Amino acid sequence: MTAQSNTSPLLAVRDLSICFDTRHGPLRAVDGITFDLAPGEILGMVGESGAGKSLTGTAITGLLERPGRIDRGEIRFEGQRIDNLPAEAMRRLRGRKIGAIFQDPLTSLNPLMTVGQQLIQTIRTHMNLSREAARRRAIEFLSEVGIPAPDARIDQYPHQFSGGMRQRVVIALALCAEPSLVIADEPTTALDVSIQAQILDLLKRMCREHGAAVILVTHDMGVIAETADRVAVMYSGRVVEIGPVEKVVRAPHHPYTKGLMQSIPRIGSNAERLTQIDGAMPRLTDLPEGCAFHPRCPRAFDACRAAKPAPVPVEGGAVACHLYQGEPA
Amino acid sequence: MTVASTSSTSASPSASPATSASGESLLSLRGLSKTFDLSPPLLNRMIERKGKSFLRAVDGLDIDIPRGTTFSLVGESGCGKSTVAKLVVGLHAATRGKIRFDGTDLTGLHASARGAYRQRIQMIFQDPYASLNPRWRVRDIIAEPLRSFSITSGRAEEQREVGRLLEMVGLSAQDGDKFPHQFSGGQRQRISIARAISSKPDFLVCDEPTSALDVSVQSQVLNLMRDLQAELGLTYLFISHDLAVVDFMSDYVGVMYLGRLVEAGPAQRIFEAPEHPYTRLLMDTVPDITMARRDRVPVTGEVPNPITPPPGCSFNPRCPLASDICRAQSPELVAREGGTRVACHAVTGADGSSGRPAGAAHSPGARARGVA
Ligand SMILES: Nc1ncnc2c1ncn2[C@@H]1O[C@H](COP(=O)(O)OP(=O)(O)OP(=O)(O)O)[C@@H](O)[C@H]1O
Ligand SMILES: Nc1ncnc2c1ncn2[C@@H]1O[C@H](COP(=O)(O)OP(=O)(O)OP(=O)(O)O)[C@@H](O)[C@H]1O
Ligand code: SF4
Ligand code: SF4
Ligand SMILES: [Mg+2]
Ligand SMILES: [Mg+2]
Repeated sequence: MTAQSNTSPLLAVRDLSICFDTRHGPLRAVDGITFDLAPGEILGMVGESGAGKSLTGTAITGLLERPGRIDRGEIRFEGQRIDNLPAEAMRRLRGRKIGAIFQDPLTSLNPLMTVGQQLIQTIRTHMNLSREAARRRAIEFLSEVGIPAPDARIDQYPHQFSGGMRQRVVIALALCAEPSLVIADEPTTALDVSIQAQILDLLKRMCREHGAAVILVTHDMGVIAETADRVAVMYSGRVVEIGPVEKVVRAPHHPYTKGLMQSIPRIGSNAERLTQIDGAMPRLTDLPEGCAFHPRCPRAFDACRAAKPAPVPVEGGAVACHLYQGEPA
Repeated sequence: MTVASTSSTSASPSASPATSASGESLLSLRGLSKTFDLSPPLLNRMIERKGKSFLRAVDGLDIDIPRGTTFSLVGESGCGKSTVAKLVVGLHAATRGKIRFDGTDLTGLHASARGAYRQRIQMIFQDPYASLNPRWRVRDIIAEPLRSFSITSGRAEEQREVGRLLEMVGLSAQDGDKFPHQFSGGQRQRISIARAISSKPDFLVCDEPTSALDVSVQSQVLNLMRDLQAELGLTYLFISHDLAVVDFMSDYVGVMYLGRLVEAGPAQRIFEAPEHPYTRLLMDTVPDITMARRDRVPVTGEVPNPITPPPGCSFNPRCPLASDICRAQSPELVAREGGTRVACHAVTGADGSSGRPAGAAHSPGARARGVA
């Protein structure tokens, strides 16, 4: 929402909108998202399931499939527009400069090829390495993502790996060519905390040492708190709040963000029930007028039903909620 | 584990003391083991002069799950949790050991006889996308168990039931018309939950059922699962790496390390007074939203290779308390104060120390036979 003025951003997303063409007309799934990403920065992305986090990542990597399309806005990478690049140019960019870790680990792996074949292929497509060097690098990367006995495991097939191990292979595939932008969509969901820490460490190291930037989509607020510099909160296709991670986690502004933070289960709370935000996110086919969160918002008032709140700056970030309209920056 | 695995594999059909004691266990695992053959094809082995290689994914598991309760398995990636889940629902055949469900040994059943249990035991898979048929509409995915177990009569009732199930998991009845790829990751996970509960099972195996959900939808789903349990008396085998979720859901917890149970017992006890060094480490690495531990160090040491596990206690290369006996002898599960079982020489004093009784006097060497 707020542009960072000093450093030139690695990635600039402006008013990005994505819709699906259906028999009943276009459905807007992502509605005017704007943010910047500086080199070396980790932007966390959280929000309601179905809010459009994965679609945003898919659009940036140029993998949006029909009937989905970008119908407004633009995406710039290293200053160059990439949302309208020809498929072949985009394919080269992806993998070499933009690495993507998708939410479904199994669907990004080829079940008929060994883990090693897939890694070596990816490495050799993007880097000028001999077979043996590529294999060594592949083993190195498997060990970086915490696969025990990588030199034995490299010749196995994906189905011989556990769920979390497959997820880590996908991570190794996305990172092995050292891209400068990584879109990581729920990269650590199926991983236990210690492996998780190891993966997050690897991501942080890539940022620190190679100036890579990461968009980290996750629902795990602990991961966000430990890893991200800034965090964007999405609800129903929009960024409702964005800001430095400690601000958003400790002192959220938006009522949805507040509800989200309260829903985090905690060890030892002995709760009979977990706090939840009652109701469900609106369907794309019947989005409410005004603020999409108003049917569930404990603080909704008349203005909320009438007009969509525009983002306004607050303490180093921005929030889109009528409660904060007019507050001085 | 080793104790009872030997006794149960030597085929004594009534070797389930916990079951007979309480008479309530819906599921009992005895000495359950699964070994995968990872050997390359014979020809390659001859050319490369390699031997056969095996991986013990699950090794001598003893677990009892009383009816109407939740038993959670935790442990690091690759320790064998999903393999246990798949053994229980019959997707893998056990290499050794027994799976008793409501008094019947499922491992001894023919596939045809096992069919009757398919309705009663359902599973929510770790990978929601891979488990949904991409060419089916969501309506048919959820209706399939309704049809095959003749739960609804007639199309109208079926559609009503599908709509009700979709709404129960926070989707809407109209979503039934769509295909899986039209949903987000979390929405797909909810579809697989709706499908799993559609046949009204009494036992549900949930492998990371909420790992792709945002926290507020996760709360809704977990609250729903607890409500269903209270209403229908469901029993859960639950797998999650999120310890806060496990804490909320579980009556019992089993901690696995490299295919074996290292600590098990009442959830509250495990969370409040973990005894096994691995459980303690696990509890220590929980990420923290207060960011107090931003530079939290992961469990150190090499993750062991399950194909050639270290001798003795397989945790010994990473264990701060390891001593000579740990490198020589694998510790057995021993019953502890508070109803737990722990497999660790240092905890039970077998390493020559006085043991590490967690607050209370420990029962000396009593063999693990307790519930859960
Ligand atoms: N191919 C498609 N056709 C129609 N709608 C789609 C399609 N793909 C996604 N959508 C819809 O777009 C919305 C956003 O989906 P997206 O996958 O981006 O959500 P998300 O924020 O990543 O959610 P989650 O946390 O559950 O993964 C959802 O409502 C989804 O149903
Ligand atoms: N079909 C298979 N063939 C060979 N090895 C397998 C097979 N399935 C699982 N394994 C191996 O068995 C071990 C346990 O796998 P499992 O999937 O049970 O782990 P998990 O505890 O569920 O891990 P995660 O938390 O990563 O899902 C792993 O080392 C895995 O590689
Ligand atoms: S704009 Fe209104 S309805 Fe929307 S979040 Fe703010 S107070 Fe709630
Ligand atoms: S048996 Fe020894 S190595 Fe194993 S957990 Fe106990 S002290 Fe550590
Ligand atoms: Mg997603
Ligand atoms: Mg698993």
